Amino acid sequence: MTDATTDLATGPITTNDGRPLKEALAASLAVRRRRAFLLVAPLFLFILISFIIPIGQMLGKSIYNDGFSSHAPALAAWFDAHPAGSAIDESAYVALRDDLVAMKKDKTAGEAGTRINYDISGTRSLFTAAARGAEKMQPPYMDAFLKLDKKWGDPNVWRAMRSASSPFTMDFYLAANDLKRNEDGKIVSVGEGQAVYKKLMLRTLVLSLEITAICLLIGFPIAHLLATLPMRKAMLLMIFVLLPFWTSLLVRTTAWMVLLQQQGVLNDLMVWLGIIGDDGRVQMIYNQMGTIIAMTHILLPFTILPLYSVMKTIPPSYVRAARSLGATSWTAFRRVYVPQTLPGVGAGGLLVFILAMGYYITPALVGGADGQMISNLIAFHMQKSLNWSLAAALAAQLLAVVLIFFWIYDRLVGIDKMKLG
Amino acid sequence: MALPVYATPLEKLWHYTYLGICALIFLFLIAPVIIVIPLSFNAEPYFTFTEKMMTLDPSGYSLRWYDSLITFGMQNPDAPRDAAFWWDFWQNATWVQVTKHSVIIGVFATLISAGLGTIAALGLTRPEMPWRKPIMAVLISPMIVPIIISATGMFFFYSMKWMPMLTEDGIGFGRLAGTYAGIILAHAALGIPFVIITVTATLSGFDQSLVRAAASLGANPRTAFFRVQMPLIMPGVVSGGLFAFTTSFDEVVAVLFIAANDQQTIPRQMWNGIREQISPAILAVATLLVIISVALLTVVELLRRRSERLRGMSPT
Amino acid sequence: MKKLLIVTTALVGVSAAAQAQELNVVSWGGAYTVSQVEAYHKPFTAQTGIKINSIDADNPAAPVKAQSEAGNVSIDLADVELSDAIKMCDEGLLEPIDPATLPAAPDGTPATEDFVPGAIQDCAVANIVWATVIAYDKTKVGDTPPTTVADFFDTKKYPGKRGLLKAAKRTLELALYADGVPADQIYEVLGTPEGVDRALKKLDTIKSDIVWWEAGAQPPQLLADGEVVMTNGYNGRFFAAEVGEGKPFGTVWDGSYMDYDLWVIPKDAPHKEDAKKFLAFSTDTQRLADQAKWISYGPARKSSNALVGLYQDGKTEMAPYMPTNPDNMKSPIWTDPTFWADHDTELNEKFNAWLAG
Repeated sequence: MTDATTDLATGPITTNDGRPLKEALAASLAVRRRRAFLLVAPLFLFILISFIIPIGQMLGKSIYNDGFSSHAPALAAWFDAHPAGSAIDESAYVALRDDLVAMKKDKTAGEAGTRINYDISGTRSLFTAAARGAEKMQPPYMDAFLKLDKKWGDPNVWRAMRSASSPFTMDFYLAANDLKRNEDGKIVSVGEGQAVYKKLMLRTLVLSLEITAICLLIGFPIAHLLATLPMRKAMLLMIFVLLPFWTSLLVRTTAWMVLLQQQGVLNDLMVWLGIIGDDGRVQMIYNQMGTIIAMTHILLPFTILPLYSVMKTIPPSYVRAARSLGATSWTAFRRVYVPQTLPGVGAGGLLVFILAMGYYITPALVGGADGQMISNLIAFHMQKSLNWSLAAALAAQLLAVVLIFFWIYDRLVGIDKMKLG
Repeated sequence: MALPVYATPLEKLWHYTYLGICALIFLFLIAPVIIVIPLSFNAEPYFTFTEKMMTLDPSGYSLRWYDSLITFGMQNPDAPRDAAFWWDFWQNATWVQVTKHSVIIGVFATLISAGLGTIAALGLTRPEMPWRKPIMAVLISPMIVPIIISATGMFFFYSMKWMPMLTEDGIGFGRLAGTYAGIILAHAALGIPFVIITVTATLSGFDQSLVRAAASLGANPRTAFFRVQMPLIMPGVVSGGLFAFTTSFDEVVAVLFIAANDQQTIPRQMWNGIREQISPAILAVATLLVIISVALLTVVELLRRRSERLRGMSPT
Repeated sequence: MKKLLIVTTALVGVSAAAQAQELNVVSWGGAYTVSQVEAYHKPFTAQTGIKINSIDADNPAAPVKAQSEAGNVSIDLADVELSDAIKMCDEGLLEPIDPATLPAAPDGTPATEDFVPGAIQDCAVANIVWATVIAYDKTKVGDTPPTTVADFFDTKKYPGKRGLLKAAKRTLELALYADGVPADQIYEVLGTPEGVDRALKKLDTIKSDIVWWEAGAQPPQLLADGEVVMTNGYNGRFFAAEVGEGKPFGTVWDGSYMDYDLWVIPKDAPHKEDAKKFLAFSTDTQRLADQAKWISYGPARKSSNALVGLYQDGKTEMAPYMPTNPDNMKSPIWTDPTFWADHDTELNEKFNAWLAG
């Protein structure tokens, strides 16, 4: 471009109104870019406000918890003035007493205690009990507190209070990885009997991987059949794939409960056929098997559809050429056909894997105890134990894994290539 | 998928085994959807076929579970079935109420996501669109982010007072949680990826020279859009909208977290039913929902064929 | 966006207008909620014209706490367990209740003396005493039905699946009791790591036979469907299935877990005054006695006991089904509210780890 313009003796090419062409083109491109962007902007803003910000705010709870710090200003000041390692002297107990008196007045001892209790089990009542008696306490407070409960002299309790006196914390990420701090502030494992989150995260990955593998394994022949059948027949059979796809997830989950229960259709059928005795009914639901079967069924169309659309574009002549060059049908399939389907395998497999990791409803209903996924534990802390910071930390880790795979999907397949039906 | 004439006996055997395997997989896909239909007519409160059902004895079948859907939640379920009964049904029956809520929420959520989504898709498919990939990633994310994370995030954010609305003390800032608006916004967000994916797919198959042709024939950009581009992408918009509608119609987690008592939806009521009194009544609901999905599927299929025909892509 | 705002405001306006003169009451669902609707809600609405929205929850304390902390309370009244009532009161989430506002007994005894000990708390008033018991299907246990918690853990003598509540609370206590820990020492033992291990080890013996439930309405359903032969659950639910629906159920009262259900009013409840009215109304002598006509839970007032007679079918004597009946109270495990406030995080984590393992 530059060469062309400098070669002209008369100077740069201009538009009718005398502007240099390059500038005019750039301006017009900018206008068109802005227009395109303006079309997208309302939706982008909408998603930002209704979706992205809420998630960001929720994840913020994983590093921010003011349950203790907002109710213990005197202790926070004391911790500020006395660096870690300082002796816990009378002045500390004075601050503690001041805070407890205020907590009693505002009825916040329970909240503050709950925050410390996340760190050291069995300390919640330490705060509620001490708050009740704080007002009547006589100095020296150190002795008064120790007389009330000798746990008040425990350096670990003071370590936990110091850590919680700042609302910003990494404690919940430690907990989400089955770790905690010991008396010296060192990070240690919580012990085998209590470790659950890493195991569940791993199980979520393994289960999702299994489901993806099964989906690909049984989705492949179906997609192949649909792609090679004559159009009319293929369209008819496509209904078998699309009808479940359009059917409510709850309906499908209920249907599997009906089929798989001990007193359900499948067990009845097997008893009737004499495969099993009436007392030998197989437990196929409310365990991992239930989760795998129901989720495979729900996610199978997500594998079949991308595979199908890739296979449609593979010309049959390649396989025929391989056959004519002497390949057996198996070799031709393996060496010529399968490699061409890989984009579909990648697209379908990755999508199913990503969706499977976030499943909640189906495992909750048919998963029993060992068919639960990390989402169910997030829901447990959201709805039952109400340890929202821990739930947020677990959610952040799950989200990170999901986003990594989303990124891989974009690299391999491209998000603008995503298709439904 | 015809077998070539030169196939060896082994290949023939494999071919039929293959067809058999495919048949089994199709059975796996369709059986659960079909099985709920006959069982919803069970005369007994069981989840399995009774002997009478197997022998096709009419007394083994009944409409009692459909009847219980009608009367559940009514004030006078035993009244004679006159106008007053049906008024009571329309006003009080639980399943009627949740259906009303589902429809209101679904329709508004679909209008928002299909409207904003289509406009955005028009921008996204323009070649000069800046930062297309990252923006696309954000717009698709509601489909990718685990629903429990989306729902809890919305629960916290929608519980805060930031939405300008009519409150008890006049116009002010109010909470979205527990209002129709809250669920509608949540469902609109969850439906957007489906609209974006479907509409951009339709648009990418759209021949831009048609617009240029229209322009050269004297149409201004408005006319060209409404008279040429719009009719061609309409099937895509409608099927995207239907996707969004089913997403809302089937969504339970966001409703669990955000909705108040008077915004319970069909899936929410089903969730209750499945966890508590799991009776064939739930199968009756399931059957009705299967019928709805058949209807939706038919519409989408017809639209897709129409769209292919319009664009001259139809193979038939 | 402007249109959206108009729609939003219009919709919100509609829902706000519809909320006048209403109370949102959260309870445990199923037969229990039915008893409250019949005994409390209907007469209250008839008297005051205030409509009551009955909402079901697995545990009503959870939504109260969640709503309070999120700053968006729509619940006016909730029916919660003792430990949750005390815990939430400590956290300042509940409205204090003045016992003087509660109606006296018909003979003039003030409420503070008429209620059983512990039934009136700073922020809560009990309406019933209930028990978590074990129920079995009579047709599936042979001629010698189970009578003890040990039988529940004996899958050789009584083969078949067991239903258990999917929570640490109640399950760990039951396991320790079955392992021979006396009822009054259970919390002492459970407070030590060895005690927790002991409970989980006992549960290990039947782990593969357990079907877990979460909502109170599930256990009778599991039994009726034949998915389990024995399950723990709330005694009133089994009663409703057994007497109300004629199911062949039997009850094991050994090692029953006793607790109160109490009304609480969230501090930010939207209709606080009406909620207080309802609370006083529903805990008077007659109302509590009426509830026992619908479900076999013990009224929290002494004066109500005399009025409890027959089930609503008009022929079943309620006394044998009441958790407060001395015959049924030979070995009760009384809940320890402070124990659970202190240990729920740790024990739930251990329980979840055991479940997942």
